[in-house]
Formats: sequence, structure tokens, C-alpha cells
Amino acid sequence: MKVIQIDTNQWTEGLAKLEGSYRMFGPAETEGKYPEFKELEKGDVPNLNVSNTHLSAKSVVYPQSEVMFEYTLDEAKEDHHQLREIEKDYSPRAVFGIRPCDAAANLIIQRNFDSKEYRDPYWVDAFESCVFIGHACENPGATCFCTSVGFGPFNEDGLDLLLVESDNGGFLAKVITDKGAVLAKSAGWETETDAAALEPLKEAAEAKIRSKVNTDQLAKQDAKDLFDAPIWEDIGFACLNCGTCTYSCPTCWCFDIQDEVKDKSGIRMRNWDSCMYPLFTLEGSGHNPRPEKHHRIRQRFMHKLKYYVDKYQAGVQCVGCGRCVRLCPVNIDIRTVCEKMNSYKPA
Amino acid sequence: MQNPYLPMPVRIDEIVTETEDKMLKTFKFVFLNKEDEERFQHKAGQFAELSVPGKGEVPIGIASSPTEKGYVKFTVNKTGLVTGYMHTMKVGDIMGIRGPLGNWYPWETLEGKNVVIIGGGFAFSTLRASIVYMLANRNKFKDIHVIYGSRMPSLLLYRDELAAWEAAGDIAMHITVDGTDDPDWKYNVGFVPTITEQKAPPADADTYAIVCGPPAMIRFTQPVLDNLGYSHDNIINSLEKRMKCGIGICGRCNIGDQYVCKDGPVFTLNTLNHMAGEK
Repeated sequence: MKVIQIDTNQWTEGLAKLEGSYRMFGPAETEGKYPEFKELEKGDVPNLNVSNTHLSAKSVVYPQSEVMFEYTLDEAKEDHHQLREIEKDYSPRAVFGIRPCDAAANLIIQRNFDSKEYRDPYWVDAFESCVFIGHACENPGATCFCTSVGFGPFNEDGLDLLLVESDNGGFLAKVITDKGAVLAKSAGWETETDAAALEPLKEAAEAKIRSKVNTDQLAKQDAKDLFDAPIWEDIGFACLNCGTCTYSCPTCWCFDIQDEVKDKSGIRMRNWDSCMYPLFTLEGSGHNPRPEKHHRIRQRFMHKLKYYVDKYQAGVQCVGCGRCVRLCPVNIDIRTVCEKMNSYKPA
Repeated sequence: MQNPYLPMPVRIDEIVTETEDKMLKTFKFVFLNKEDEERFQHKAGQFAELSVPGKGEVPIGIASSPTEKGYVKFTVNKTGLVTGYMHTMKVGDIMGIRGPLGNWYPWETLEGKNVVIIGGGFAFSTLRASIVYMLANRNKFKDIHVIYGSRMPSLLLYRDELAAWEAAGDIAMHITVDGTDDPDWKYNVGFVPTITEQKAPPADADTYAIVCGPPAMIRFTQPVLDNLGYSHDNIINSLEKRMKCGIGICGRCNIGDQYVCKDGPVFTLNTLNHMAGEK
């Protein structure tokens, strides 16, 4: 596909043009300390000076909390106690500055939310409304290991356009899909340039990733052997079950469903949940199949590195973004755990 | 495509208190919309999410048989937020059902075979659905045995039906209680594993056991079935886990790479033996 040159003026003008036809998303300042992905106010530009956001870009498609249904408990109303679907805005969204790891993560999550048996309408409709304008990582972070899990700093999976910073302050944009081509055209970004310019940049970026993890034996390992391996108490020893890893992870998809009522009006909503929490699996009888923290940390790593591998035969459920490594308060490192699982030999 | 999280509205048509401790009530629901009733085509062994607006949802086994038309029944133990509230609800109240969900007992495999149902406590609801289903299709099955126990007579579910099945005689009923001081008790006294040892039909390739009950019952019944020579392919279990979505998406009810809500709740013991994860 073609590569387009976008200079700084064209960039600003293009964003202004797109505001008319897309809801604009990208990294932006938040009330907290760090830029995160959010819907941009009119006139705001995405902040592309972010190496990677603390929370992943999954929230654009899959918000942390999302209303599913509404209802009334007022028996004077004809449809009282009946859940109603609510209007959702699935008009086109332009998602700027998503890193290749987060874009690839959406395709992993898609396997869960869009299967041949069930289609999760909230996730799928939101996903299909998006055009993903990726931001290549010319300077990957110290905890990045995307090249070990089948991706890379210029990876195109899940992207419609890939932006690469160019020397003059603008971008080179690789057009990956028709959706991306349409967006580039509506932005007025049409100056074609030499595609060969990208390759050396890509190779240079890949060479900067020092972290290497082996995953080649995971599919061959026996799930029961790994489950019963005497490694989990050690791995989980320092774990606080804080859930930071699951919330920051671009490929974690678990959720809870809750009802909330004010006066006679109610909603049913879903919220991100975490396998790190004991309540995640606590049953009404009081029985909990994962009562101890090492059971829960085993679930997290087994899910990402074994159950998912077995279920889909499409690699690991990890894109190597390194967030959980960087943000874990007790330095639990998925790379180390992965090596232990990959090289495990039952006694 | 239909939103798989949207419950179908139902009206409570009847509430029966099943046990003397009043912890178990059977709710009979009728669908508000005829098309929902037609769409709800289940098989014995499946479950559904009962939806109480303002409280939440709870996964419960379907107690009525697909051969019982025009309504669905669920027997609900008073336990948490949703089931506790349900026990305060009245006939005529509106709530929702989402389903049917999960797999079912392997009826195609069981046709032409001997079936022994082994149940304990309030896990008997999908077993009731199964018995009613088999009785409605009696000529499709060979011998049918039912071993069902509870701690005491007043805690047995569906007592009128149990007596009627016992009296009708086209299935072999082995009702039991752990103990009773009722001098008129005319059935068995003893734990389910003990009665299984005494009454279960001999094992062969054409005999299947469906086992559903509390963990202790399952744990102690297992060696009995092993001694009797039941193959683990011929032992069928139905599992429970905490669930939310019921369709294999929300992530909490897995055993290894299988979701109890979608890939189960029914598994053969042989399958379970080979699964990694918290059972």
C-alpha cells in the first residue's frame, strides 16, 4: 500500500477537517498525572509525545464502565421491570496515536467478543466504528517485548493507517486498509512518497528492543503439568492482588455485570473485572475455587500463556506492551513467568 | 442479531415453597411475549440467567422439561442478593430470563441406554427436568433408576412428584434421607453413596450415570461407581461456578480453556479428569 507524506501544517489542517466526520480519540491530558486515551474535545489534538499510555487503548472500544440496558421499576409505567436497549453512538471514530501493540491487542480481544456462537454487540459495534491510526514506536520502551510475541514496533495488525514520525516534524503515513485510505483522503493527506523510506526505520526500531522471551514450547506443554507445576506460590508470593496488571493490560477482557438503581430508574452495566480479586469467583455457597492469591496469579498467567494458546492456536494472549512489567508494584514480570512456563519440565 | 445479554420478560405465574425450611421455592414463569416462548427451546440439563431488574442476574438450572409447554420452572435456593430478593417476590411480578444457556445431558447418546440418575439436595432441579423428559419419551430408554437423597424428608424437592414416580413404577425410584425420626418413613435411610452401592444397576457399556449434587456427595459417590465398574466416559457430571455473562465471554467460570457456562455445565468425568484448572 502507499505511503503518504504529511507535514505539520497538513497534519493540523487534516485533523480539523476530520472533526466534521469522525469522533476523535487519542492520548490526551487527564485529571490524573498521565495522558490516557479519551475522546478529544473539539479543537484538541491528540498528544503524540507519549511513549505509551499507562492504561491501554482498549477503553476506546471497551470502556471501563458501560451501560448495557435501562429500565423503570415504576409499576405505573407499561414496561416496568423490562430491560430496554439504549441508543449508542456508533458513528465513525478516528483513534489517533494507538501503538501497534494496542492495535494488535484488539484483534486478540475480538476472538473473545466476536465468536461464531455469540456476538457481543457493544464491543463489536464499537470496534467496527473505529479507524485506527497507529503510531509506530521508533523508540520502544525498556520493558517492551512485542517482537517476542509475534508483533513489532511497526506492526500493522489491527491498524488502518500507520504514522511514522519524520525528520521535519510531520509524519509518513502508511495506508493499510481502505478505511485508512478514506480517512487520509478526507483529511487531505494525499502526497505520496517513497515507501522504501520506512523499512530502515522499522529495522532500526526492532533492533532497539532488547527484551527477548521464548514462547515456542508453550503450545506443546501439557496444561495440567503447568497447572500443577510447583512454581506458582513463588511467583505469587509478593503479589498484592492489586489488579494493576489486568487493568493496564490491552488484552485483558474480563468484566462484571451490575445493576444500579436511583429512585425508580435503573441501569444494568458492565465494568472491567479482574481475576486478581477473590470476589471474581466467590460462589454463593461460600466456596471459592481460587481462594488463594497464587491460585489467582496462576489463572492470569495460565490464561494468557496456555489456555488462550490452546483454545485459539493463535499465539499468546499478550502483545508485549510491557505495561504490567512497568506498573507492577512488586516487580512481578510476565517475561520471567513465561520463561518458567516455556521451559518447564515436569518431574 | 439478538443482543445475547437482553433478558426476555416473564411473569411469575406460581410460586411453590418446596421444603419445610422455606429455603427453596419453585418459580413458574410465563413469557410476556409469545415469540420469546417459541424461541426458548431448551434441553434438560441447561440453565438460564434469571434477571431481577434492580438486583441483577443469577444462573439457575431449568427445572422444567422441554416437554412441559407454555412455561418454564426454576427452583431457587435463598442465598444471595438476587435469590434472596426473589424469595420476597409475588405471583404476577415481572422479571426476566436469559437463555437457555450451556450444554445439556447427552440425550442422543443416552437413547436406548440404561440411565441411573444420582442426585442430592437441591441440585435435583435439572434432574427433575431430565426425569420428566425421559418419562415423556419412555420407550426411548431402557431401565431408568433414580437415586435421590437429602438430609431429611422435609428437605426433599418435588415430594408429590417423587411419590407419583415411585407409585407409577416405570422408573426405579430409590429415595433416601440421611436420617429421620418419622416412624412412617417408607423409603431408604442412608447417604446417597451407600444407597448407590446397594441399588445402582451393574455397570456396562450401555449404562450411564448422571451425577449431580453437593461436593461431598460427588466425592463419596465416585469411588462407589468406580467399584461398580462404571467407565469414566459413562459418568456424567453437571458443574457450577460463579457466572455473569453465561455465554463464555466475561471470563470467570473457566476450568482451563473451557467455560463452564458455555462449554458445560455438563461434562463426562473422563473429560473432567483431563481438564487443567480449579474444578
